[in-house]
Amino acid sequence: MSTLLIRGGRVVDPSTGKDGVANVFVRDGAIVSVGDKAPKASETFDARGLVVCPGLIDMHVHLREPGKEEEETIASGSAAAIAGGFTSVAAMPNTEPACDSEAQVEFTLLQGRRANLANVYPIGAVSKGRKGEELAEIGQMVRGGAVAFSDDGSPVHNAALMRLALEYAAMFDRCVIQHSEDPNLFGCGCMHEGKVSVELGLEGIPAAAEESMIARDIILAKLTGGHLHAAHISTRGSAEQIRRGKAEGVRVTAEVTPHHFTLNDDRVRSYDPVYKMNPPLREGPDVQAMIDGLRDGTIDVIACDHAPHATEEKELEFNEAPFGVIGLETTLGLVLTFLVQPGHISLSRAIETMTVNPARILRIPRGTLQPGAAADVTIFDPKKTWTVDSSEFRSRSRNCPFDGWKLKGRAEAVVVAGRLLPCR
Amino acid sequence: MPRTRARAAAAKPAETPSPAWSSRHLLGLQELSGDEIRLLLRQAAAYRELAVTNARKSALLKGRLVVTMFVEPSTRTKVSFNLAARRLGADTLDFAAGSSSLSKGETLVDTALNIEAMAIDILVVRHPASGAPELLARQVASAVVNAGDGAHEHPTQGLLDADTILQHKGRIDGLRVAIVGDILHSRVARSNVWALTKLGAEVWACGPATLVPDELRDFGVRISHDFDAILPSLDVVNMLRIQHERIKGPPMFPSIREYARLFGFNAARLRKAKKDVLVMHPGPLNRGVEITPEVADGPRSAILDQVSNGLAVRMAVLHRAAGFAPFATGDAS
Repeated sequence: MSTLLIRGGRVVDPSTGKDGVANVFVRDGAIVSVGDKAPKASETFDARGLVVCPGLIDMHVHLREPGKEEEETIASGSAAAIAGGFTSVAAMPNTEPACDSEAQVEFTLLQGRRANLANVYPIGAVSKGRKGEELAEIGQMVRGGAVAFSDDGSPVHNAALMRLALEYAAMFDRCVIQHSEDPNLFGCGCMHEGKVSVELGLEGIPAAAEESMIARDIILAKLTGGHLHAAHISTRGSAEQIRRGKAEGVRVTAEVTPHHFTLNDDRVRSYDPVYKMNPPLREGPDVQAMIDGLRDGTIDVIACDHAPHATEEKELEFNEAPFGVIGLETTLGLVLTFLVQPGHISLSRAIETMTVNPARILRIPRGTLQPGAAADVTIFDPKKTWTVDSSEFRSRSRNCPFDGWKLKGRAEAVVVAGRLLPCR
Repeated sequence: MPRTRARAAAAKPAETPSPAWSSRHLLGLQELSGDEIRLLLRQAAAYRELAVTNARKSALLKGRLVVTMFVEPSTRTKVSFNLAARRLGADTLDFAAGSSSLSKGETLVDTALNIEAMAIDILVVRHPASGAPELLARQVASAVVNAGDGAHEHPTQGLLDADTILQHKGRIDGLRVAIVGDILHSRVARSNVWALTKLGAEVWACGPATLVPDELRDFGVRISHDFDAILPSLDVVNMLRIQHERIKGPPMFPSIREYARLFGFNAARLRKAKKDVLVMHPGPLNRGVEITPEVADGPRSAILDQVSNGLAVRMAVLHRAAGFAPFATGDAS
């Protein structure tokens, strides 16, 4: 019988509303108690001065396996998750081939278990081959362990197919995660359309490409009663549509990435493809709208859209380079430094967006320290000042726009199903 | 081959040999002050006589190697840079992109580092990707001169356009200048906007709403979609070609016929313009589309002067790129 006592930390658990100094006692992979009691344990972790919260969940990562193992594998991505304080990740299905069958869902789960670090949850493709033409075997994939469905990397462009997906996935109580982008409005764009794109002579992606798809999908969610989760929203208009949809009672949730609440399109003036992501970095007021949306509950989740790319691919001309940046190892520091410390959102709210909220959206029994729950715990030092050094990342890729940034707040250790793992 | 990162880091930014020039690179006109643009134009004026003669050559760049790397078709700009380099006594080498490693999957930066390993002084780059010269300038030790990058900038064209206006009008400050046509995809338009606004002109952008981004107002540019309405008050009209090669989605206007009727510069329009209006075009011309032969070849046209002035301007830019102080005639200071 293995037992673990995490002593004296500030326990913040938004799922129960708890925020105070307490001991967390774990036995055989499950939470036993959170309170004053300090039972004898086979292992003890001194968490005085640290924050102890449910294990963080990133519901939007790309682990590239199978297909691009030189950029990331399920094992290296899991290691990056642990280093960043995340005990669970949900892997997007845009691998090569796409994760669109029960067998591939099970492969992802198997590789996650072999890595034996973070919990890896597969997201299945909405359509066969992510081609956007016909539904993939959603029911089979649910049986195999898929937690949600998405063609992320591409939108489900066909409105009729999106309607079917929402209706069909709802039958299994699963959400459809939409990469909201109208491909015609997107065109050959490579950055946000606005003053900076005009100045740089780079083809722009209008905010309307994202907003028009979100507007359509909210209407479809209303029609079907299905659960729409809007991945990585990035504009004021998108936040406004989600806000209105929620007010009307539509089952819609939304997430934002750390780069969309910290960076704006001015960065692209360097023509450095490390600032090339999709959706693109938007304007200052959009960045503010992301922060406001997190504060007022419009945006439910912070997820990093971890998108590893090989250095030689990312060092091309701006319009030629692929979209995407990695984030698992910087998210927590960015959230604490740029959202919590300036007082934009409370610590409890920040933790909520990375624990209980994604757990509810993915219908996974995680994100809580309630007795009986799986013992996934993140322990972080909110005062630890550190400098991001991408050369030290566990990820196989280095495409991080925050390299060299000074952040305050860093994960020290995590517990995954009762097992204590150091973050460094 | 391994990237020579340490060396690249040490090389940026290019050393400034004289307080008068801000850099040896010329990546765009946006980052230049009005004073530096004026200084470049004065340097060009100093070369004007030498630029248009084959009888004499300067020896200023003797022993220097200027490489022109054109990863996009060009006739006049490449010829102009080569000639400008030769008239300053430099050796020139044309790096033909079609036959190079660029077509074998090598990255632009690797190619440039390889060329540079053969000890070149100035790299003149034309590239279809906006920002490519900037990417190179960060990685190589040579001075990089932008000969046109994507829809971003074409700084020597911007300078020679300003030079041509100055030559014909004696001033730029206070003039009303319109750039007419496909502004969205035009690097010439952007370089013109930066140069002319910094030199005090009132700059207008005119063309179909789909090809004239509204954001130009943020840069002090006035916008019109009615050529006839603004034409009578214009001192200079710079006509642009439609950049069909950069339009990837559906066509951005219904037909050439309609475009020509709304925005083409023809004889009837010329009669409504000021008597001393100056007509310019960066070339290549699409006769019958944005400009008719009577206007292009007529008395108000400065189109061929632009080409001649391009030589003096590019000599000035190479002078600066080689690290010589303004108006220096001998060894590098």
